[in-house]
Amino acid sequence: MSESSPATQAAHPKDYTGAKLGMWLFLFTEVLLFGGLFILYAVYLQRYPEGFRLGGEQLNVWFGGGNTLVLLTSSLSVAMAITALQRGRVRQTMGLVGVTVAMAFCFLVNKYFEWSAKIHHGIYPSSPQLKELPAGEQVFFSIYYLTTGLHGIHVLVGMVMMGWVLLLIRRGKVNPEDYVTLENAGLYWHLVDLIWIFIFPLYYLIL
Amino acid sequence: MNQAASVSGQRGFWDASGGRRGIGTWVFSTDHKRIGLLYFYSTLAFFCVGVLLGLALRLELFAPGADLFTPQQYNALFTLHGVVMIFLFIIPGIPAAFGNLVMPIQIGAEDVAFPRLNLLSWWLYAIGAIMALTSLFTAGGAPDTGWTFYVPFSVRTTTNVSLATLAVFIIGFSGILTGLNFLVTIHRLRAPGMTWMRIPLFTWALYATAWVQVLATPVLGITVLLIFAERVIGTGLFDPTRGGDPIMYQHLFWIYSHPAVYIMILPAMGVVTDIIPVFARKPVFGYKAIAISSLAIAGAGSVVWAHHMVTSGMSDTAVMVFSLLTFLVAIPSAIKVFNWVATLYKGSIALDPPLLFALSFIFLFSIGGLTGLVLGAAATDVHVHDTYFVVGHFHFVMFGGTGFAYFAAMHYWLPKIYGRMYSRKAAVWGWALLTFGFIVLYMSMMIVGVEGMPRRYYDYLPKFTFWNQLSTIGSWILVLGLVIMFVNIFRGLLRGEPAGANPWGGASLEWQTSSPPPLENFDHEPEVTHGPYDFRKAGL
Repeated sequence: MSESSPATQAAHPKDYTGAKLGMWLFLFTEVLLFGGLFILYAVYLQRYPEGFRLGGEQLNVWFGGGNTLVLLTSSLSVAMAITALQRGRVRQTMGLVGVTVAMAFCFLVNKYFEWSAKIHHGIYPSSPQLKELPAGEQVFFSIYYLTTGLHGIHVLVGMVMMGWVLLLIRRGKVNPEDYVTLENAGLYWHLVDLIWIFIFPLYYLIL
Repeated sequence: MNQAASVSGQRGFWDASGGRRGIGTWVFSTDHKRIGLLYFYSTLAFFCVGVLLGLALRLELFAPGADLFTPQQYNALFTLHGVVMIFLFIIPGIPAAFGNLVMPIQIGAEDVAFPRLNLLSWWLYAIGAIMALTSLFTAGGAPDTGWTFYVPFSVRTTTNVSLATLAVFIIGFSGILTGLNFLVTIHRLRAPGMTWMRIPLFTWALYATAWVQVLATPVLGITVLLIFAERVIGTGLFDPTRGGDPIMYQHLFWIYSHPAVYIMILPAMGVVTDIIPVFARKPVFGYKAIAISSLAIAGAGSVVWAHHMVTSGMSDTAVMVFSLLTFLVAIPSAIKVFNWVATLYKGSIALDPPLLFALSFIFLFSIGGLTGLVLGAAATDVHVHDTYFVVGHFHFVMFGGTGFAYFAAMHYWLPKIYGRMYSRKAAVWGWALLTFGFIVLYMSMMIVGVEGMPRRYYDYLPKFTFWNQLSTIGSWILVLGLVIMFVNIFRGLLRGEPAGANPWGGASLEWQTSSPPPLENFDHEPEVTHGPYDFRKAGL
């Protein structure tokens, strides 16, 4: 990537408020992206309450619950990492960001097994078995795969981002004096967690 | 930066290459003016492609029956014309090109808040555009769904819709990043003394636009992703045989695409609002009303999407509610039109090319807006829905509005960027032919539409021949005007007389720095002491 001229960089310290404002605006757009799927969920739930109930009963609450725990822990660790860096404990920060990356990985492994089990039972979009089911259940599983799939992509992106921040901390580019990159990555990670906190009850618990 | 060079030299930011050579000084530059020019030339190139496609469509429709193309080719042509014009020209046109060129200077900033993100936005735009063009020549051939990608056809057609939807997703992402960047810039980087009530109204319009970009575009993102998923893994969410509902697609699509109309028109209104007071030599009438009406249009325009669907089979209650809400958008729009006219009233008017284009804008946009009310009222919409009346209406709004404002901005601000002036006489000729051709071209469409000719059709009944031929002749006059305008502009910018720092006598900040501006826009950080239209306090 290119840099603006060195003189500009030196003369103008980073605008922290601006950087965080930008991140919050970006997070709005992510909420709205998932908002489209939640609207579809609401409309089709109203149309097919029975099909959604039958579909929801087939989801394994232990997989979902486990992943909820994993994500909540990772949000805790990233919040602790930010505080640790503010207090100048760089090694501890790296450890905590490392925990976050590991948790994200656990989430994806868990999701892999959950999806594999479903696909093994012949339930996946446009599978012959799914086409036999009533319309409500077909719609339910389509939305389920789209929402959790899109969320899974976000977990992956967040994991890569956290790994990249870890590298920046190791190189000293993110340090106790200049930690807005870690804060913004943390905000993104909290959003990924937050969206899951809506997905989990809507798909696994209330149906 | 090299302070001495920018003060003494006449070439300003053009000289500051940032240590790179050749094309790298452009495509890797983080200077907002260079990125603005990148956007300007890319949007202009796509505008020309769109014009040629439109011309081809009009040629096919010159006479009833099959003339030049097969029906399949015709469908691909109008889809391309729509996709290119909407996603690659009109939406990024004014905000990304002229917003980038002018907005940071108007508020006294050295650059946008995130210069590298700005460059990334242009790269995403370029990648999306290349993908859109690739989709024409690969796989099943050019998409033939219309720019709206309506289901079920967009799911069933064997043409290359999947790649096109991904391209639209990436271009949308580019728009989100530009909007986000502008919001942070306007909030954080205003020069000392630049209070909210001293911001030039073009920047105010960009601010309102940026909110719509950030809040509406993600919905388009998810919508085109759903089409993609529907085609690739067969999710069936919009397929009635599997429990889905195609009307849901239309809702999601228009939740973005109606607000997108305001992404297109708000910056255009901003351009006109900045131009009129300068050429009437009067402070703009009702500064606050215009600033707030931009936000009101952005707000009201975001809740009217379903008026596109009054014949799609919604409940009567929904139709009435959306019809009423649609009328509400007319109020802030009319506030602006009245304020422009009031600014001109008893002004000391200089009929220079930018003002001529701005006047055409007011005239054509008003016709577009008023015919919009005909479409917004459910009863009349049932009659004219999906006829050529709609095509005429939205060309009046999109081309007569946004297009003419783009040309006005080009005549107004490019001398600032290049430091050279074009020929006034040729600009007037170009403007006159363009406006005359425009009215002949699209007014004929509205008339033939009221007579009952449906839109998107490859062929028509012989009784519609006269108006179609008139329309096609209008397209030739319009293209002649375009050619004269572009040749004049670019000859002037390369070889014209030096324009001087303030050729039009404007009071806003961009006219207080040299033409072309230095790399960081001002030699000294400006201190703002008066409003952008306070010509007396600016000593003009």
